[in-house]
Amino acid sequence: MDSRRKIFVPDAMNSICKFLLMGNGSSVPWADVPEWPAAEFVAATAAELERGGRLCAWFGVPENSATRLVAVIAFDSENTLAVGRSAPTTKSYPSLTLRHPQAHMFEREVWEQHGLVPEGHPWLKPVRRQDGGHPAVGQFFRVDGGEIHEVSVGPVHAGIIEPGHFRFQCNGEEVLYLEIALGYQHRGVEEAVAGGPHRATMSQMETAAGDTTIGHATAYATNLESLAGTEAPLRAQWLRSIALELERLANHTGDLGALANDVAFLPTASACGKIRGDFLNLTAMICGNRFGRGIVRPGGCKRDLEPERAAQLLAKLRVALAEVNQAAEWLWDSNSARARFEFTGTVSSRQAAEIGLVGVAARASGLVRDVRFDHPAGWHRFAPVPVAVWPGGDVFARARVRWLEIQRSGKFLEEQLVAPPDGENFNAPGSPAADAFAVALVEGWRGEVCHAALTDAAGAFRRYKIVDASFHNWLGLEMAMRGQAISDFPICNKSFNLSYCGVDL
Amino acid sequence: MPATNPITHRLRQGCQTMAFPDGPPPALPDRHGGALRVEAAKCAEGCNACVPVCPTQAITREPGKPVALDLGKCIFCAACVEACPTKAITQTGNHQMAVRRREDLLLGKSGGEELRLAVALDEKLKKLFGRSLRLRQVSAGGCNACESDVNVLGTIGWDLSRFGIQFVASPRHADGLLITGAVSRNMELALRKTYDAVPSPKIVIAVGACAIAGGPFIGHPQVLNGASSVVPVDLFIPGCPPHPLTILDGLLRLLGRLD
Repeated sequence: MDSRRKIFVPDAMNSICKFLLMGNGSSVPWADVPEWPAAEFVAATAAELERGGRLCAWFGVPENSATRLVAVIAFDSENTLAVGRSAPTTKSYPSLTLRHPQAHMFEREVWEQHGLVPEGHPWLKPVRRQDGGHPAVGQFFRVDGGEIHEVSVGPVHAGIIEPGHFRFQCNGEEVLYLEIALGYQHRGVEEAVAGGPHRATMSQMETAAGDTTIGHATAYATNLESLAGTEAPLRAQWLRSIALELERLANHTGDLGALANDVAFLPTASACGKIRGDFLNLTAMICGNRFGRGIVRPGGCKRDLEPERAAQLLAKLRVALAEVNQAAEWLWDSNSARARFEFTGTVSSRQAAEIGLVGVAARASGLVRDVRFDHPAGWHRFAPVPVAVWPGGDVFARARVRWLEIQRSGKFLEEQLVAPPDGENFNAPGSPAADAFAVALVEGWRGEVCHAALTDAAGAFRRYKIVDASFHNWLGLEMAMRGQAISDFPICNKSFNLSYCGVDL
Repeated sequence: MPATNPITHRLRQGCQTMAFPDGPPPALPDRHGGALRVEAAKCAEGCNACVPVCPTQAITREPGKPVALDLGKCIFCAACVEACPTKAITQTGNHQMAVRRREDLLLGKSGGEELRLAVALDEKLKKLFGRSLRLRQVSAGGCNACESDVNVLGTIGWDLSRFGIQFVASPRHADGLLITGAVSRNMELALRKTYDAVPSPKIVIAVGACAIAGGPFIGHPQVLNGASSVVPVDLFIPGCPPHPLTILDGLLRLLGRLD
């Protein structure tokens, strides 16, 4: 069975788009991906972005002693992905970032990984110091002046949190500029996948960003399935969607609590801390692990949710949803808490679109983008989820979008838990196709998780690219802090709550 | 009267902190499985079905020798339990897993079928830390799961501070470190400096498979395979991540507060 899904593409679009079109969770022969000389490829990519595309991934594939550039672009309103590549290139190419700031981190990463210089890139420095080193060492953007001082935070932070380095340029309390240096968590995930899948690969995907276990595991499993020309059984797709929404509920609830805590509104903070754990325990009902390790496997799910277990889960879910509803009401009713959130850390929708924000942060700036809606794959093809949007772009909006999504995820689960599809939940996939390229997007709780896989002539991974939502969104936090009081950094940071290890890999 | 609403509601809810350790511990999820037990004597001759299914190379069987499972490397996926034809590897359902010495996590040999639980600190350190322990947490290549479930201990259900244990913002204020993650090379210096900044005497607790031995990233050139490569470790708490109950048990065990 060949499930390289043929997708409907309007003729008009085919004639405009020179990239190869594909659907989320599908694969194509690598040879079919159109290629251009590097400079023309950059221009072609820019043209796609200018007519409404969004850069999901931009990465290098080594070929002999040169590197091919690959672009994965999403056309959200057309539910379509477009992929293109450059001819093997050495030394340099004209930077895409100059026209499209959303390519900024991607081009830095390609430079770090493959040595290709994006000519004209405004701020070329390593993303994660993956050859070893100290991310906080080196050049940082500096503001000069008699009143200016610099505040340097991290890598070790004050709370129980992952390491990263923040460099603030301040005029008194006001932050003029924030630059974030990551890389401390680099564990070599992408490098280790090459030549695989290996026996540790699945576990590495589950821990690439360990709070997004289901998101990354689902993207990885989907790629292996589409490369093998199969799909997971419907019951497995159903269970994955349930686990994904439980993951979202736990993290969004934790974030609401953390935001309340940072403005010293303790009723919601303490309640949400506990309820978050209750949601994690629901995931543990499925697989024994509070973070969903062991649920998703290529070919389906390793665990099942039998009717009695589903009924128990639903009963506990309803209790937790009622409690989080109460805790959120306290927060929204508190004028003093709301006042701290409103007009704090604003990212305009124009900025958000330019820098390519995804997920909660994008939707809180009024951008309507959600993989579950725009590029439905798996169970979301049959059970659509409305997109939760709020226009403000501030901390309040990011809290509000989380709250809307808690309600919608709750409703989704209440509907789905009583209507499971019958059948098997595992169907071992065959070997991955040789010389094929697969892309899978999943709307993790932070936002878009993108996995792109390229196989070699033997069907082993030649290149595996992981883009966590945080890779797009850290720049959003830097923008949000401009002109903000440095004392508001904690709530701005919590309102994004981005992953360090998901970027550092 | 929205302003009083949370307060009255809170009063109605009463105390939500669990009775443990005075009462029974909360139940582990039924599919959790708990610590593993390995009876090498039960292994079939020449069988090594469990070895290749382990994602983290925690199981070895050299020719002519009994099977050996390193619970420090284990991520508790239970693939070995499913693969074993003779039930030599089984789940105990026990949440107690913290040990003081690395070798106490090596399972298999006769007399060593199960892990050897941690003993308390010596009298002098117990006197210093037994009723007041301040820890600085360092994530060095952690995936944010161990970090999250350490954080959970501070919530109202667990209320770690009732034991006098708190996480503090500065190593200067700390009695020790709680380390998560495989210790990435890029965090080595920061971890070393943080350790040096903690005044002596100090203790180090390694939480999770990564911090004990590298976890799923064991052997990667980008990591140092756990905290012991950089600092001396006094308590190892296995898991991926360990259940909060397992972490709490380990902390209380170290302080001699569990009977």
